[in-house]
Amino acid sequence: MRFGPDQPLRLDSRARLGGLEIAYRTYGQLNADRSNAVLVCHALTGDQHCAGEHPTTGKPGWWNRVVGPGLPLDPDKLFIICSNVIGGCMGSTGPASLNPETGKVYGLNFPVITIADMVRAQAMLVDALGVETLFAVVGGSMGGMQVLQWAADYPERLFSAVCIASAPRHSAQNIAFHEVGRQAIMADPDWRAGAYAEQGARPEKGLAVARMGAHITYLSESALQRKFGRELQRDGLSWGFDADFQVESYLRHQGAAFVDRFDANSYLYITRALDYFDLAQGHGGVLANAFALARNVRFCVLSFTSDWLYPTPESRMIVKALNAAAARVSFVEIETDKGHDAFFLDEPVFHGALRGFLDSAAAARGL
Amino acid sequence: MGTTSREDFREILRLVRPGSRVLEIGCGEGGLLELLASEKGVDGRGLEISAAGVSACLARGLAVVQGDADGDLADYPADAFDYAILSQTLQQMRDPRRVLTELLRIAERAIVSVPNFGHWRVRWSLVVGGRMPVTRDLPDPWWSTANIHLCTLRDFTDLCADLGVRIEASAALTQGRPARQMEPSRLMENLRAEQALFLLSRPGQRTADSRGAAAVGDLFDR
Repeated sequence: MRFGPDQPLRLDSRARLGGLEIAYRTYGQLNADRSNAVLVCHALTGDQHCAGEHPTTGKPGWWNRVVGPGLPLDPDKLFIICSNVIGGCMGSTGPASLNPETGKVYGLNFPVITIADMVRAQAMLVDALGVETLFAVVGGSMGGMQVLQWAADYPERLFSAVCIASAPRHSAQNIAFHEVGRQAIMADPDWRAGAYAEQGARPEKGLAVARMGAHITYLSESALQRKFGRELQRDGLSWGFDADFQVESYLRHQGAAFVDRFDANSYLYITRALDYFDLAQGHGGVLANAFALARNVRFCVLSFTSDWLYPTPESRMIVKALNAAAARVSFVEIETDKGHDAFFLDEPVFHGALRGFLDSAAAARGL
Repeated sequence: MGTTSREDFREILRLVRPGSRVLEIGCGEGGLLELLASEKGVDGRGLEISAAGVSACLARGLAVVQGDADGDLADYPADAFDYAILSQTLQQMRDPRRVLTELLRIAERAIVSVPNFGHWRVRWSLVVGGRMPVTRDLPDPWWSTANIHLCTLRDFTDLCADLGVRIEASAALTQGRPARQMEPSRLMENLRAEQALFLLSRPGQRTADSRGAAAVGDLFDR
């Protein structure tokens, strides 16, 4: 969806983004009274392809266990919208896009964006699709932060909201890990101060290292131990620095696969948006105030026991604030050893809770 | 817990004012909350310790938070509810006195039920058998029971007096039989009630001009 120069996106940084492009995908049909629309919000490195085949990688969509016929978000019943966040690199305007003013790739001239900016762009898309109120806005991790931002900024447009494995703000540890990733990218000589696109280079090494470091935070110690232990790639040690251990080889593979599909500057911008996220900050430092107008929204907050990126106390902070705002909130902590990434994986209890919440909300909505 | 829960539910349904806001602590799979919503138009919320219980509640469309009364009641703002319900679990709390205070901070009224350790069968078991009682209402042996703070009716009314909590109504519950209105300070009741259910209000709250009075009237007018 392309927006004309007359419809620039106003950013928190006070900059304006003209000629906005939002890449999106929809599943299912909008019903006659336009009451069945769901917005799915993706995580840091996700995209609009939450279900079906991914056109670039040929792999199934990132949420193929949640979005699809017979699944908790069923396109036979719902009109499901999923868009690439601004700042991203899967078709929405981001640092790899052409700056309409200069005709060159933005690179570091792209303005710094926030979670609220991403949500403002989504609201423009939802408007353009003719949807006034969303039956649900659903997301995990960074997607969960967008869900919370929706509840703060557009509460009257939401019937329900599902925030999974997320947090109301980035902690010092979250920022610290992101800084390591950004420094890895910027230390790559091929990053060229962000101008690699013009110079025909790609900071693949730096981006791969950033991904390797981040990937560890998406798993858990026990999951890594269960999956790899101290297993070796070959018989015996190499007495050198090859990938002796299976876990090393796995991480290298994760890094290499990531650079094929992701832009390094997008990684900088989106991690920055996450670090800047602090929902209470814009509301007098009181998180409950952010939800003051969201009393009528049905909230579901879900966390995972082994998630140490956004651990359960972060979700409890959200629940506490929603309670204080007298909102209608449900919360479950799902027992799993799969860490933060559990929300992508085969977790029947998680899917059961999600389905229970969404089905009963759909019944209440008359769907 | 056991088959008395239905009598318990019926009594609670009778006490709760239609359309009120209710928090049930230890709501299990949400049976009572669902009844309160369908029969009394109550805006109900739950707190439940087990993930399976919360998931069952979600599927029923109930708003339930996973957590426990010992730790998580502090997260609720004062006066958020008209009633806080704690059914047959006060004796399992680490600090029942604080929990009771918290219930009446969060809600204007509390509905609390407890097994009566002064019941004649309990006394009989202890005096004649010389053993910790195992009865219909206290079915587990001492080494596996979750009940760590058992009390008699007198103990409970003493605690209420100590906290200045007003007992607006009380009923004796005996398995399979309808709830019976009672005067909890009577010695006879401390022998015959297997369980007791109380409608409590805050210190200094006046019954006569309070909205809960109608519900109490209903209880006594049967």
